[in-house]
Amino acid sequence: MDILTLFIVIPVITMIGIVFCKDHKQVKWAAAIGMGIQLLMAAYLIIHFLMERNAGNTAEMLFVKDVVWFPSLNIHYLVGVDGISVAMIGLTSIVIFAGVFASWEVEELTKEFFISLILLSSGVFGFFISLDLFTLFLFYELAVIPMYLLIGIWGSGPREYSAMKLTLMLMGGSALIMVGLLGLYFHSNPSGGQLTWSILDISKVHIPVDVQKFFFPFLFVGFGVLGALFPFHTWSPDGHASAPTAVSMLHAGVLMKLGGYGCFRVAVFLLPEAAHELGWIFIILTTISVIYGAFGAVWQKDLKYINAYSSVSHCGMVLFAILMFNKTAMDGAILQMISHGIMTALFFALIGMIYGRTHTRYINEMGGLMKVMPFLGVAYVIGGLASLGLPGFSGFVAEMTIFVGAFQNVDTFHRVATIIGVSSIVVTAVYILRVIGILLLGKIKNEHYEHLTDAKWHERLSTGVLIFGITAIGLAPLWLSEMISGGLGPIIQRLLLAGPVH
Amino acid sequence: MFTYTVWIVLIPFFLFILIGFFGHKFKPLVSGVVGTSGLFASMALSYYTAYQYFFVVGKTGDVFGKIIGYNTVWLKLTEKLHIDLGVLLDPISVMMLIVITTVSFMVHLYSIGYMQGEKGYMRFFSMLSLFSFSMLGLVVATNIFQMYIFWELVGVSSYLLIGFYYTRDTAVAASKKAFIVTRFADLGFLIGILLLSFNTGTFDFLTLTDPNGVAITQGSGIMFLGLSTMTWSMIFIFMGGAGKSAMFPLHIWLPDAMEGPTPVSALIHAATMVVAGVYLVARMFPIFHFSAPVALDVVMCVGAFSSIFAAVIACTQYDIKRVLAYSTMSQIGLMMFALGVSGYGAEEGLGFMASMFHLFTHAFFKALLFLAAGAIIHAVHSNYMNDMGGLRKHLPITHITFLIACLSIAGIPPLAGFFSKDEILAAGHEKSMMLFILGLIISALTAFYMFRLYFSIFWGKQQQYHHTPHEAPKVMTIPLILLALGAVFAGFIPFSSFVTSDGKPFASHIDFAVAIPAVLVGVLGALTAMMFYMKETNIPETISRSLGGFYRAAFRKFYIDEIYLFITKKILFNYVSRPVAWFDRHIVDGSMNGISYVTNEVSTRIKGMQSGQLQQYAWIFVSGAIGLALAFIYLWTL
Repeated sequence: MDILTLFIVIPVITMIGIVFCKDHKQVKWAAAIGMGIQLLMAAYLIIHFLMERNAGNTAEMLFVKDVVWFPSLNIHYLVGVDGISVAMIGLTSIVIFAGVFASWEVEELTKEFFISLILLSSGVFGFFISLDLFTLFLFYELAVIPMYLLIGIWGSGPREYSAMKLTLMLMGGSALIMVGLLGLYFHSNPSGGQLTWSILDISKVHIPVDVQKFFFPFLFVGFGVLGALFPFHTWSPDGHASAPTAVSMLHAGVLMKLGGYGCFRVAVFLLPEAAHELGWIFIILTTISVIYGAFGAVWQKDLKYINAYSSVSHCGMVLFAILMFNKTAMDGAILQMISHGIMTALFFALIGMIYGRTHTRYINEMGGLMKVMPFLGVAYVIGGLASLGLPGFSGFVAEMTIFVGAFQNVDTFHRVATIIGVSSIVVTAVYILRVIGILLLGKIKNEHYEHLTDAKWHERLSTGVLIFGITAIGLAPLWLSEMISGGLGPIIQRLLLAGPVH
Repeated sequence: MFTYTVWIVLIPFFLFILIGFFGHKFKPLVSGVVGTSGLFASMALSYYTAYQYFFVVGKTGDVFGKIIGYNTVWLKLTEKLHIDLGVLLDPISVMMLIVITTVSFMVHLYSIGYMQGEKGYMRFFSMLSLFSFSMLGLVVATNIFQMYIFWELVGVSSYLLIGFYYTRDTAVAASKKAFIVTRFADLGFLIGILLLSFNTGTFDFLTLTDPNGVAITQGSGIMFLGLSTMTWSMIFIFMGGAGKSAMFPLHIWLPDAMEGPTPVSALIHAATMVVAGVYLVARMFPIFHFSAPVALDVVMCVGAFSSIFAAVIACTQYDIKRVLAYSTMSQIGLMMFALGVSGYGAEEGLGFMASMFHLFTHAFFKALLFLAAGAIIHAVHSNYMNDMGGLRKHLPITHITFLIACLSIAGIPPLAGFFSKDEILAAGHEKSMMLFILGLIISALTAFYMFRLYFSIFWGKQQQYHHTPHEAPKVMTIPLILLALGAVFAGFIPFSSFVTSDGKPFASHIDFAVAIPAVLVGVLGALTAMMFYMKETNIPETISRSLGGFYRAAFRKFYIDEIYLFITKKILFNYVSRPVAWFDRHIVDGSMNGISYVTNEVSTRIKGMQSGQLQQYAWIFVSGAIGLALAFIYLWTL
């Protein structure tokens, strides 16, 4: 079996294994082992991929596997990876691995919880390896649906409302995507003949510009909903606030990246001229996302809300960078997806752990936690510093790459948007330091908190893996950046059709 | 041959990792000793490097060249732009290596005693190492982006150290303020870097600062709002420097930063980090001079104004660390001012040389002042000079070293401060008489507030202390003595033979037309202070009362903090952030909820249609049919 398919098969085997487990402990270990294997495979895939590239294999996609699945509509099971998807797979496997350990204390319906969680992750893996639009959409839905159950059953607060809201808004996005994908399918062969769903084939044809302009908004907004594009982001604060820890981690860490990846791989890559002509609308929206999310976070009092708005800001940066039509900025966009994915998973993990101890998420009710839980405190500070873009962590690498790339556009419109985007680094510092100051530093406000315990082994493992991820990328970013920009080549080629790429 | 210099930077980094991760496994003292000896190694390497650079390699032709000791690509951004990490050696970076490692070593040594028994002893030492690493990385940067990277790291280590006593609310607030204000300044720095690199196509200092290089010869770029692109980018870059160096109006974080432990104030907020802005301007000096003279004028004005502004405030403060903080700001202002009036090329660059010289001597006497202040605070458990007095008998070593530092900073010959300040005044004198007089006023004020401090602490009214104050242990007094030696003798270094704007040495001499007035005003300031504060008198009272509003304004630091608070708390929080949060919940989210509400309503309304009642169906059927028929008839007859 080829290595990419294994990324879907292993979660399935894990799920089957979990079904036969007898108690909580077995379930957890089965999930941990399954996702551990997945993590090792991701590492292997990255190494293998880099070796292939070094050996001079310059094919656009590696490890391609093509099986006809539904001949009458020409649907294939077509998988393959380039540097970008490999990086995304790495991200997913880190986050899901940490997520399993962060949910170590789920007591209620443990079996069902882990099955849904792993089902979700298999959808995500499938999405990142798919090169067939139909299969891609299928995996996309597979990733979104379990979210409803996970929030509705294991969530907290107004969970039915949040689950419903999140699912409905994402379904709305899916409807738009479906329209866009059908549009692509029916224009995938302008000269007549066999229509195709294959991204690689569609990227070779020239779709008429007016058709592009019609379908581009469907695809960009559809994926943008999941990528927290303003003003379609409001599912995110409520959804995150109600979701259980691992679900928030996976959702903000990985699922929101499906949006960015979709915008990039489908909307912009396949409809470059439309992206070039209509890009300005979305540049305005994403610039708003960046600064608006940051200002929104300053005022919040609930830890999860703060992080949700912060995600709006950081994910806005991803879409912003994609629209800059510049290789460096796009490289930065992918880096930002990975960086934000790990970082935000770290935050949500920590928030879950803190909530598990203090039973509140309101920062004003807490204070001085650094003294009672130094490990979690230091981890939170590290996450915060990474989030505000401190050198040595992944956030800095991603943001600087985006800024330098975006600055290559000389016209005033892009310049202004870029400078507004850049200024978010100050606002980010404000809300991050505010939270750190209120939550962790100062005196202990509530005497009950003095007897709280610090992180347990599984919590240390979970946060440790994520911290390792952000520091490793932050200290030695070159290989990752090179791997990604290797995958950008064909995309830039296609964008050149639409106009100059700065 | 200079590859080993990378270890000067890396040793503190490994110390940080080592102490940070494994420090708690051992006794606290181990972290202190390991940290200090590590810094000693770094210092020894720096001295060796300086020896090699100035005396073994020496001049090529008649200039000290720029040598790349080590360089590696860290991140490739575009074809032309790539971020490197490396070591650049030239006169100013070598000088900075000496300053940083020396002061850092002294502070490490001193802290072994000062921090004894504190909780978080090993955290303190690991943070100090982190700071030393970042600061060293900053000064040896081979390109402007490396500088920015370490610039941010320096900022965060300062944040962590100011907030060292993290259970104290004032410390937490001060650390936050320091980080955010400097971060705001760094935004300018970043925009400046983006503009500059876009314009010149490089981050590399060698290319950027070569007077015959493409970056300078290509001209200043297109005009925007009356200034050239190069000018804009240099002004933005200077904004970063002004933030770090606490120049007006970005200085508000520095006095509050005194909440940190005193050794931290000595190292970061007096001798090293706060001069990073001066170093930045010096590093970019050829661009300032050739491509953006307007920006250089901005540097001069900001420096001069900050200097006098801070000097006035320093005369009114009672917290000894805050007096020193404003004094630091004032001295850095002088350094900026000197750069601002400087030209380029050997003798022309007198201001440049003077600025670097003052940076060098200032590091010694200001670190000494802070460390001595630490010993005093240690002894009397108060920061306020009102709680002190007559301490000269109790703390003899501290007293003598403090006096030396005061004499040095007041510019009394033959101490170090005299020589460097004299050069600054001479540079100002060359530019214009006005600037020279301004410099004299600042000198007089400097002497006055320093001796006000000195006399109030060591003379003045004899206080009743709870415990008899006693001299600090040897591990603290030895650094004081060593730094005092520096404060006395550092001025005898023929600085202009080593550090000049273009690397070409020249012979500087003392101009008596400048030196005599300078010394006179210094002595005058000191004598006035002696008159006011040596014995308890009511003269200061009377004067401050007669100054009325001006005194109150100076005492309240000219209300700059209040203005900032108004802008951030009142305007940004209340009128931006809060409405954004409200808008998001009620308008954006409201419309989403609105859609669902409408859907719900519509379905509730129309679900009555499927009631299952035959009569209703029949009625709807008949009225529908009639309605349609009427519509068709109407359309036909049209």
